Amino acid sequence: MKRLDYPFNEEKVRELKVGDMVIISGKLFTGRDAIHKYLHDGNPSPVDLKNQIIYHCGPVVLEEKDGYRVVAAGPTTSIREEPYQWEVMRDHGIVGVIGKGGMGPKTLKGCQEYGCVYFHAIGGAAQVLAEKIKSVDNVYLKEKFGSPEAIWELTVDEFPCVVTMDSHGNSLHEKVEGESSEILKTLI
Amino acid sequence: MAKKKKVTKKKVTKKKATKKKVAKKKVTKKKVAKKKATKKKVAKKKATKKKVAKKKATKKKVAKKKSSKKKALPINLKKQLHDSILELIRVTSTVIPNDVQKVILEALEREKKGTTAEYAMKIIEANIKLAKNKSQPMCQDTGTILFFVEHPAGFHQNDFKKVVNKAVVEATKKGYLRQNSVDTLTGANNTMNLGPGHPSFHFHEHGKKSIDVKLMLKGGGCENVGAQYSLPHVPLDAGRDLDGVRKVILEAIVKAQGKGCGPGVLGITIGGDRGAGYVDSKEQLLRKLDDHSPIKELADLEKDIVETANKLGIGPMGFGGKTTLLGCKIGVLNRLPASYFVSISYMCWAFRRQGINLGPKNEIKKWLY
Repeated sequence: MKRLDYPFNEEKVRELKVGDMVIISGKLFTGRDAIHKYLHDGNPSPVDLKNQIIYHCGPVVLEEKDGYRVVAAGPTTSIREEPYQWEVMRDHGIVGVIGKGGMGPKTLKGCQEYGCVYFHAIGGAAQVLAEKIKSVDNVYLKEKFGSPEAIWELTVDEFPCVVTMDSHGNSLHEKVEGESSEILKTLI
Repeated sequence: MAKKKKVTKKKVTKKKATKKKVAKKKVTKKKVAKKKATKKKVAKKKATKKKVAKKKATKKKVAKKKSSKKKALPINLKKQLHDSILELIRVTSTVIPNDVQKVILEALEREKKGTTAEYAMKIIEANIKLAKNKSQPMCQDTGTILFFVEHPAGFHQNDFKKVVNKAVVEATKKGYLRQNSVDTLTGANNTMNLGPGHPSFHFHEHGKKSIDVKLMLKGGGCENVGAQYSLPHVPLDAGRDLDGVRKVILEAIVKAQGKGCGPGVLGITIGGDRGAGYVDSKEQLLRKLDDHSPIKELADLEKDIVETANKLGIGPMGFGGKTTLLGCKIGVLNRLPASYFVSISYMCWAFRRQGINLGPKNEIKKWLY
C-alpha cells in the first residue's frame, strides 16, 4: 500500500506504477461531463487546478445549517471525458484523475507527456468513499451546472484507489482488455 | 357503477348512429315521414332512459350512504400503500439482497490475497455493511426506478401509480434516491424522479388475490454496457443456435470489461422483438441467483456462461482476477421467422432489487428476497 499526501506534484505521481494500491490524503476537486466540456471550450477554470487531482464524481450533497454534507460520493464512468482529459492536463496542470472504468489512448498519452496518473476508485462504493471526505471546502459553478456537475473542493483522508494508468505509458485497462480478448478467442 | 354508465353511453351512441342513418334517408317524402316516426321512437326511448337514469341516481345515493361509514378505509389503504412502497424503496437502495450478498462473499473468498481484485471486493463488502448501517444509498447512482407489479384481476393500475409516484418523491426528499430524472432535450433535472417513462412500471395480472411489488434500481454505468445482437452475427461467426447465443454473450462480457461495475450479473432474453427482448432481459434479473432455468438447455448455458466468463481474467472492476461474473439468467420468447435477437442486460455488483407481498391492508406481509 502506497500513500500520496498533499501537496501533490508531478515528481510524486511519476513514482507511481500501474497496479499500485494508493491511499490519497488531501484535496480533491470533483469534475465531470459539464466541467470538462466547459474547460475544453476555452473557459477559464474558476479555481487554480495546478498540481491538483480531479475526481470524476457527481456526489449527493445535502445543504445543512453548518454547511454542506456529502452523503454519497462514488466515482462515475470516466471514458466520457476521453476527448477532453488530456487538454485539462496540458492547460491546467492537473497531476491526477480519479474515476472508474479506465480511459483511452489520448488520456494515456497525456499522462505520459504532462505527468499525470489515473486512479481507479471502486465503482458503486459510494458510502465507503463518502466516509473518507472530511470537509467540503468550497464549491464552484454550482449555479451554472447544478450540484452533481459542480466543482466541489473536498478534503479527503485515506481515500482508497488503484493506479490503473501511470505516467510511463502503462494501462491496466489496455492490458486486461487485450488479454481477455485473446482468451475469448480460445473459448468460443 | 362505472360499468352501468358505460352501458348508458353505448346506448346513446347507438341512438346517434340511428340518427345518422336517418339523415341519409332524406331523399323522398315518404322516407322523411318514416324518419319523423323514427325520431318519435327515439324521443320515447330518451324519456325511458331518463327514468332509468333517475333510478340509477337514487341507487348511487344509497350506495354513497352505505359507503360513507367505510370511507376512512380507502384513505388508510392508500396511506399504508404509500408507506409500504417508501419502505420498499429505502430497503432496495440501502440493503443488498441476501442472494446477492452470498455470491459477493464467495467472490471475495475466491480472489487471491493481496491483489487489487481482493482489495476491490473488500471495499465492496465494507460498502454493503456501511450502507445498511447508515441507511444511505449503497451507490450514488440510484438508477432507473423499475417497478414490476403482479396483481389480481380488477386492480386499479392508475390509482396504484399515483400513490407510488408520491412515495418516489418522498424517497428522493429523504435521500434514498438521487434526483436522477433528466429532461432529455433541455437537460433539466428537477422533477424528483418523475417524468415520461420515470418511474418505469410493468404490470402483470396473476391468479392470486394478493399483490406482489418488486423494485429494481438499475444504475447508468451498467445499463450503458447492455447489448443487443441480431443473429447471425458475422464477425463472431455466431449462427442462429445456442452456440451462436453463447458467442455473443461472451463477447458482450469482454466489451463491458469493468465499466459496468463488475463483477456483475447478466439478464438475457433470446427471441422476442427488440423491445420485448430488453424488457424481458431485465425481468430475468428478478430471478433469485440460486435458481436455474426450467429449460435444461438454458440452465446448462447459464452455468456455462458464468464458468467461462470467470476464465476471462477481467476480474472485479476490470482489475484482472477470478470473478468477472456473479450470475447469469437466460429466458426465451418466441420470435419472428426473420428475427433472432439476443438481448443482454448487465447488472452491477450493487444489485439493488427487492420485493414485497402486500397484505389486505397494504401492509408489508412478506419480503420476497
